[in-house]
Amino acid sequence: MTTVAKKSMNPVPIKERMKIPRQAMIEQPAEVRAHNFEEVNLGYDAELAQQEARRCLECAKPTCTDNCPVGVNVKEFVELIVMGKFLEAAAKVREANVLPAITGRVCPQEDQCEGKCLLSKKVKPLGIGYLERFVADYEQRMGTHVVPKIAPTGKKVAVVGSGPSGLTVAGDLIQKGHQVRVFEALHEIGGVLVYGIPEFRLPKQIVREQIDYMRQMGVEFETDVVVGRTVTVDELMEEEGYDAVYIGTGAGLPQFMNIPGEHLNGVYSANEFLTRINLMKAYKFPVYDEPMLDLQGRDVAVIGGGNTALDAIRSALRLGARKAYVLYRRSDAEMPARAEEVHHARQEGIDFQMLTAPVEFISDGKGWLTGARCVRMELGEPDASGRRRPVPKAGSEFDLPLSVAVIAIGTSANPIVQSTTPGLGTNKRGYIQAGEENQRTTRKGVFAGGDIVTGSATVILAMGAGRRAANSIHEYLTTGQW
Amino acid sequence: MFKIVHAQFLAPGIKRFVIEAPRIARKQKPGQFVILRIYEEGERIPVTIENSDPERGTISIVVQAAGKTTNLLNSLETGDSILDVVGPLGKPSEIKNYGTVVVVGGGVGTAMAYPTASALKRAGNRVISIVGARNKELVILESEMRGVSDALLLTTDDGSYADKGFVTDKLRQLIENGTRIDLVVAVGPIVMMRAVSEMTRKENIHTVVSLNPIMIDGTGMCGGCRVLIDGKSEFACVDGPEFDAHKVDFSVLVQRNGMYRYAEQRSMAEFQAKRNTQDHLENEHACAVGSGDRQGAQR
Repeated sequence: MTTVAKKSMNPVPIKERMKIPRQAMIEQPAEVRAHNFEEVNLGYDAELAQQEARRCLECAKPTCTDNCPVGVNVKEFVELIVMGKFLEAAAKVREANVLPAITGRVCPQEDQCEGKCLLSKKVKPLGIGYLERFVADYEQRMGTHVVPKIAPTGKKVAVVGSGPSGLTVAGDLIQKGHQVRVFEALHEIGGVLVYGIPEFRLPKQIVREQIDYMRQMGVEFETDVVVGRTVTVDELMEEEGYDAVYIGTGAGLPQFMNIPGEHLNGVYSANEFLTRINLMKAYKFPVYDEPMLDLQGRDVAVIGGGNTALDAIRSALRLGARKAYVLYRRSDAEMPARAEEVHHARQEGIDFQMLTAPVEFISDGKGWLTGARCVRMELGEPDASGRRRPVPKAGSEFDLPLSVAVIAIGTSANPIVQSTTPGLGTNKRGYIQAGEENQRTTRKGVFAGGDIVTGSATVILAMGAGRRAANSIHEYLTTGQW
Repeated sequence: MFKIVHAQFLAPGIKRFVIEAPRIARKQKPGQFVILRIYEEGERIPVTIENSDPERGTISIVVQAAGKTTNLLNSLETGDSILDVVGPLGKPSEIKNYGTVVVVGGGVGTAMAYPTASALKRAGNRVISIVGARNKELVILESEMRGVSDALLLTTDDGSYADKGFVTDKLRQLIENGTRIDLVVAVGPIVMMRAVSEMTRKENIHTVVSLNPIMIDGTGMCGGCRVLIDGKSEFACVDGPEFDAHKVDFSVLVQRNGMYRYAEQRSMAEFQAKRNTQDHLENEHACAVGSGDRQGAQR
């Protein structure tokens, strides 16, 4: 302990550190933010950041880094914050993470870095996510991104999809000197970061800034290209001269429940609901042309318990919904959403109906939704996912009046790339087969990662796959060995 | 940005655009469509591809003015640009030698029926085409269709050109005359496709229709274009747009395409008011515009 204390730049003695309370981020009051799309969390200032950073126990064997899918060196970047070297701290984060302003906002830190923080055995864990966000935002405000100069290798890599995994691959490979071009199907770069995650959780400006930085580093982007339709993986390699292709096409087709009434007007998939809002700005209709159903004074429910479900229902609330329900068929303990989002949603007045599932959507007889017939559930034996299986309670049916229902129960594999790339192996659910460590597919020179390999997961897991893929692609391009 | 190298009205309110889109031109097959967005605040709308020229790197689309977006589009001229054009989307038509195929094109749907008829002809089929329009002025691609058909039957709703009546009248005549029909392909307004489908169902003639639900991304991501096929949800953008007509629930398609009618009417009214003011200022006449459902009118 004495040696650590001597080397440490932290002025607070180890024993005192646990007495410093975890510094809360400044946030918009719940009653205000429930009516706007501005960011919920307003971030730390330098003083709060340094105070929080001083809580770090500087473990000899930090478990935080081990638990980070991209392996951010937490201990060192936090120490740089203690020393007031914020730009160096940002650079330290960037060594492992090309999108720190984004992960600082959307990572489920409680399951990762903060989950194993030694502090959490006695008190609240170190606010690693908050600190990451602080240094990334500080760097952005200072406008002093250092654009590294790297000797070109002459190798070309095509990245399919500009979501978190594709951007990570692009950011990592450009820094190794490869030429990188990212192909995006939509008209805007960012994938789920722009069509899926709402403004109040991840401002689009932040995403644009991160992408601009990548452009400065030399990454090329081409929008309006659906790989598999506009150009195939084989054409990219044979005709356009790419030495390797990374497939990160992301979450696939939205799943529906196959219950009566799913085609009624007023029933959306979460992807469509969020795309209309985030990508198409339908809530600004008629300034923007894309329409959506008016939610002002209407009752809205989302079905599902993940981050996407919460993004959808909190958006509905901000668009004026009178009642905003989450219908989840299991209980709190099984909910996959980030703890902070659940907490924020409750504060804002979202009505969580746990152990509840719709069995039918009810029509007005003219094709419009008027409600959902629901049943209450109880938890039985664990199922294949390890979570306790929900079982309907007999006689528990009730009708919930609704104008809009949003289905957020997950996605299945998008088949476009797989069906147009001969020899690309898929698993029985249709996702692309890729090595867990090297992200290699069954096709030479073709790599894949993110949701198109694992099924729906998180931004940071997709980034982790992107990071492994970038290392693996670099190795392949350098050695030529497959 | 995608440059318009040629723009020309084919009929009142119906305009053909030849657009520089080399990647799409290289890949396009009959039956596929593009999604386009004209400007930053614009919506994404699906429009079927009429033709493509891989050497020149161009595609052509035919657009009928119906709502705000299609009216704006039809105000674009040669030399203007479209912000986003993505495609070719959807599965191509299944082209093989079926024997005798009847290709039915209703209104602007003829623009999509044409490349399919052409490909079916090249595949060795006997192609009988039926083209219907509201009136003489709205008959499009007549000579093109004639060029790829063994026989072309024309109708107008009001009898101002060719025979008065509907495409289904011609189809019924063919059936009643004992013409052997191996396949019917119908592209056009939903009411027309439904009527064709009902007629051929009774005769057990395999029939394919091209569906036109509201869409956003066109890659299967949003699920907004889901259609009910044989009681199951399918996505028109990845599973279609062509489906076995006898399995399609047309009522659900009509109902879902009406979901934003209020917003569409409001957009259109504001657009017209603005344009009328501008035209008044410039002392010009506003051209006549039709009304109808947004994507529905594109086929």
